[in-house]
Amino acid sequence: MKFTLSWLKDHLETDADAATVADALTRGGLEVEEVRDPGAPLRPFRVARVLTAERHPQADKLQVLSVDAGDGPMQVVCGAPNARAGMLGVFGPPGAYVPGSGITLKVAAIRGVESRGMMCSTRELELGEDHDGIIELPADAPVGASYPDYAGLTDPVFDVNVLPNRPDCMGVRGIARDLAAMGLGTLRLFHVEHLVGQGAGPVVATETPACPAFYARTVSGVRNGDAPEWMRRRLAAIGQKPISALVDVTNYVSVDLGRPLHVYDAGKLRGPLMAREAREGEEVAALNGRTYTLPAGATVIADEAGAQDIAGIMGGEATGATPATTDVLIECAYFEREAIARTGQALNLTSDARQRFERGVDPGFLDDGIEHATRLIFDICGGRPSEVTRAGAPPTARATVAYDPALCARLGGLDVHPDRQRVILASLGFTVSDDWTVTAPGWRPDIDGPADLVEEVIRIEGVDRVPPVELPRAPGVAKPTASPAQRVERRLRRAAAARGLDEAITWSFVSGPQADAFGGAAWVVANPISEELRAMRPSLLPGLLAAASRAQKRGEAGSRLFEIGRRYGADAERPTLGLVLAGEAHARGWRNGRATGFDAFDAKSEALALLVAAGAPVDNLQVFADAGPAWHPGRSGTLRLGPKTVLAAFGALHPLTLKAFDLEGEAVAAELYLDAIPARKGTATQRVPYAPTALQPVRRDFAFTVPAGLTADALVRAVKGADKAAIRSARLFDLFERDGVRSMAVEVVLQPPGERSFTEEELKAVSDRVVAAAAKQGATLRG
Amino acid sequence: MTQDLETMRDHMLVAVEAAAGLDALDAVRVDALGKQGRITQLLKSLGRMSPDERQSEGPRIHGLREAVAGAIAARKEALEAALLDVRLRSETLDLTLPVDPAPEGRVHPVSQVMDELAEIFADLGFAVASGPEIEDDWHNFTALNIPETHPARAMHDTFYVEGIVARAAGGEPGSPSDGGGSATDAPPRMVLRTHTSPVQIRAMTQGKPPFRVIAPGRVYRSDWDATHTPMFHQVEGLVIDRGITLGHLKWTLETFLKAFFERDDIVLRLRPSYFPFTEPSAEVDVGYSLVDGRRRLGGQEGWMELLGSGMVHPRVIENCGLDPAEWQGFAFGVGVDRLAMLKYGMDDLRPFFEADGRWSRHYGFSALDLPTLSGGLSA
Repeated sequence: MKFTLSWLKDHLETDADAATVADALTRGGLEVEEVRDPGAPLRPFRVARVLTAERHPQADKLQVLSVDAGDGPMQVVCGAPNARAGMLGVFGPPGAYVPGSGITLKVAAIRGVESRGMMCSTRELELGEDHDGIIELPADAPVGASYPDYAGLTDPVFDVNVLPNRPDCMGVRGIARDLAAMGLGTLRLFHVEHLVGQGAGPVVATETPACPAFYARTVSGVRNGDAPEWMRRRLAAIGQKPISALVDVTNYVSVDLGRPLHVYDAGKLRGPLMAREAREGEEVAALNGRTYTLPAGATVIADEAGAQDIAGIMGGEATGATPATTDVLIECAYFEREAIARTGQALNLTSDARQRFERGVDPGFLDDGIEHATRLIFDICGGRPSEVTRAGAPPTARATVAYDPALCARLGGLDVHPDRQRVILASLGFTVSDDWTVTAPGWRPDIDGPADLVEEVIRIEGVDRVPPVELPRAPGVAKPTASPAQRVERRLRRAAAARGLDEAITWSFVSGPQADAFGGAAWVVANPISEELRAMRPSLLPGLLAAASRAQKRGEAGSRLFEIGRRYGADAERPTLGLVLAGEAHARGWRNGRATGFDAFDAKSEALALLVAAGAPVDNLQVFADAGPAWHPGRSGTLRLGPKTVLAAFGALHPLTLKAFDLEGEAVAAELYLDAIPARKGTATQRVPYAPTALQPVRRDFAFTVPAGLTADALVRAVKGADKAAIRSARLFDLFERDGVRSMAVEVVLQPPGERSFTEEELKAVSDRVVAAAAKQGATLRG
Repeated sequence: MTQDLETMRDHMLVAVEAAAGLDALDAVRVDALGKQGRITQLLKSLGRMSPDERQSEGPRIHGLREAVAGAIAARKEALEAALLDVRLRSETLDLTLPVDPAPEGRVHPVSQVMDELAEIFADLGFAVASGPEIEDDWHNFTALNIPETHPARAMHDTFYVEGIVARAAGGEPGSPSDGGGSATDAPPRMVLRTHTSPVQIRAMTQGKPPFRVIAPGRVYRSDWDATHTPMFHQVEGLVIDRGITLGHLKWTLETFLKAFFERDDIVLRLRPSYFPFTEPSAEVDVGYSLVDGRRRLGGQEGWMELLGSGMVHPRVIENCGLDPAEWQGFAFGVGVDRLAMLKYGMDDLRPFFEADGRWSRHYGFSALDLPTLSGGLSA
């Protein structure tokens, strides 16, 4: 919402300057985005008199002028045909920037004659299109005066961000009312003089509940020329292009009073006008040059030929007023907010009228609105106004709130005397009865409860006057404020970073094919920014692989990335940690020679370490070769706790996955499914007493030849299970293949159960059980 | 005899000192103390002596033995030390050779700031709540007093999402299918939450008052330019209790922002504003001063918009099944990315989500920079 200071002062009697007004607007809740001084770019230009004008010695079309801009004669070369001695014009001295031509003036010789500045045309100063000659000022213009001051280009332009709850401030008068309530001045009386109509008004009707009231009136015999200078200047100052007097009047009233209107060329309408629902597929060629197919339920204003206006949003091209219009029909209607909002959203069409109607215009201002517009049209264009036709009636119900002035302190934290509250509410147009029943004015459709009135009082009184009050501490011992899941994420983040991984935050949405490679998306964005950001990720790996690929293209040797975030399943959003290791694991070096890459075991080692950090039990995890199609089929797997619970996937990625992400070389990855990690039991701070074993453990090594297909895990599990009492742990420590025979060596740690060492017989028995258990897996003790 | 022993000792000690290596020293040892050694022989001769002789000769011979044995041991130690010294001299490394640096991982500034916020608000008794990012229309809008045609919806640039797989009925708490208060049987329209405010609704519908929670997380708006990304982070704050006023909101925000920016001179300016889910509503600006042409928070030479806040709208409280006559409170929402930018001096939001190692090495945090109140948030 834009307006100028002088415009505001039409409604507000005040001495306040622009800065004071801007400050008050902001304090009252109307955020000022900009206060622009329209004269600022023309500050260096001055009123000057041409003293003499002589032919340029070298050029027929140029003159050499002597110009006085207040400090004596200056020589200026000028090409304008209207330049002559005695005239007054606008002079730009050397150093001035000419906005219309984009040059900065300097002292220069033009065809051998020195020129110290320039006499300017309207176009050069961006004040109009005229470039036929230089600006001619009246004879009484003060020589030497600042041109923008003289020309009145001093009216500061405010740009205010009016929030959706304040339709009243979509008009300058509403803003003035707020400022008056804040004590910035006095709201001027606004008196609408009703013109007595001659003859019957136009035939109009409404048959849709979306348009409860449709008022109209014709003015015949108008001359639709330019609007007066003051109106054109104000509209131009707020960025609206003056069009013709009739159209400018509607735009002006819309901004001035927040009352949208529409003017038809009555001569182009056929038969009566009707507010009705759009017919299926009905189209309107709108004033913005585009044709809209109206959605079901849209309201149109139609004549016998069809829809002529997208009601409350934009008029139609065919019947709009033009400079040739002599008989004008003024429409002043009331449309339901929701109806306008729905149609506007469906058409994706914004307009000043829509902005006002969907926020809610004052239903009590139809009569004054149409009269005021008629008065302006009559004053500017002449003509004979008809009587007003009133079809339907605007809603008359006003919000009524049973208010307790004590609520101001109880909710708003500010103690304002009830008398003062009464004054504030009254100054904003509320009616306050003796028993504190408060009725909102018609222009405040946002009011629907006592909290709204507290806001009004505090807003006007000054929210900065609310004293801060300490939030009382909760009684008792402080409890952890993070959930166990949040604690796990925090631990993991720090653990992963400590292990040398960089935390990334990547988009939650990926491309469809990227999602498909990792199991497919359960959700897609219906209105994505691009196809690349369409599918809600089923895995964190696509985002990380894309990041690793970008790093590679930047020439980084290696990437170690992780992210903690959600993957989006059909039934839940699951907390997940993803990591990608790509490129060099170790740079080439004097100790190890060539650079080395990552392999599947690096991914496994990260996965296990991070599972430990997350508090997952890792001693009994089993590896299954079923990570999925994005992974290398022989070099990836899942880590499972029991047969069903998949805690993580890890391994090398499928070459086609790497290709899809344009990654060269190997990349390995892991993904931890944090939601699958069982919660840790018990929160007791007390631990069981420490009881170190009495004797040192005994170590025995067993070397087996194993059949093809026997996994290390199967062998070690068998060995470990051979004697649960004696064997504390078993670990594979050697692996080799010779002549097609695979060998695995396992170190078994035996713990004497009590205070007594194993006897030779006992050791032999354990050893035999180990060999027998291994044999069940097809492994034989190597000789 | 005495003379002989002394001469023998002198010769032997000279020989010990003269031994140039361990082999030569061992030869001296064998000559003196070996099985056939001269001192060994003398010791053996003691047995053949009379008691009187033994009485006088014994100590002398033993003395000789000890003197020679001691000298040999000392000489051996010296020779070994010299040898070790020679060996170590040959083992010198060029210790200026480079070692492989351990890869240093970095924590993302957004995570760091979220940890800082959790720390600050834990001290004020706020628990950390969370909710789904794929949210139903009711939680994201309707319950927050933003009906479908509300003009405020246009301010939200909403992403709408469609399920590809038919969603399971029921669902677990916090999952998108947990429809809360939506009344219709038709599957609710789903959006990517445009703010963290729906967590207010989830907190209030799933728990019992009083409430004191913050809810940090990802939010989404269909907007992408120099200062907006389609995904960013917010933290929501909610206090619902008896007798909570705008004054408590003001104190809480002041306390929070001073603690977060670690400055006592943080000044807030509240401006009346509009959010459908709060009434009264206030936009909060924070004052800055200009230091070498750059804005630095603190002081009040100028103001920048920081967050939106207000007293929770009575209808929102009602929507959550609570009686607004008994329970009232405040809520606020602030951009986490923006907090990080202001605190740590980043000028551009876009690199936050590009996972560029150069950026994270520059702005990221060490794993051990865990923000704590006792250790300092950013110390």
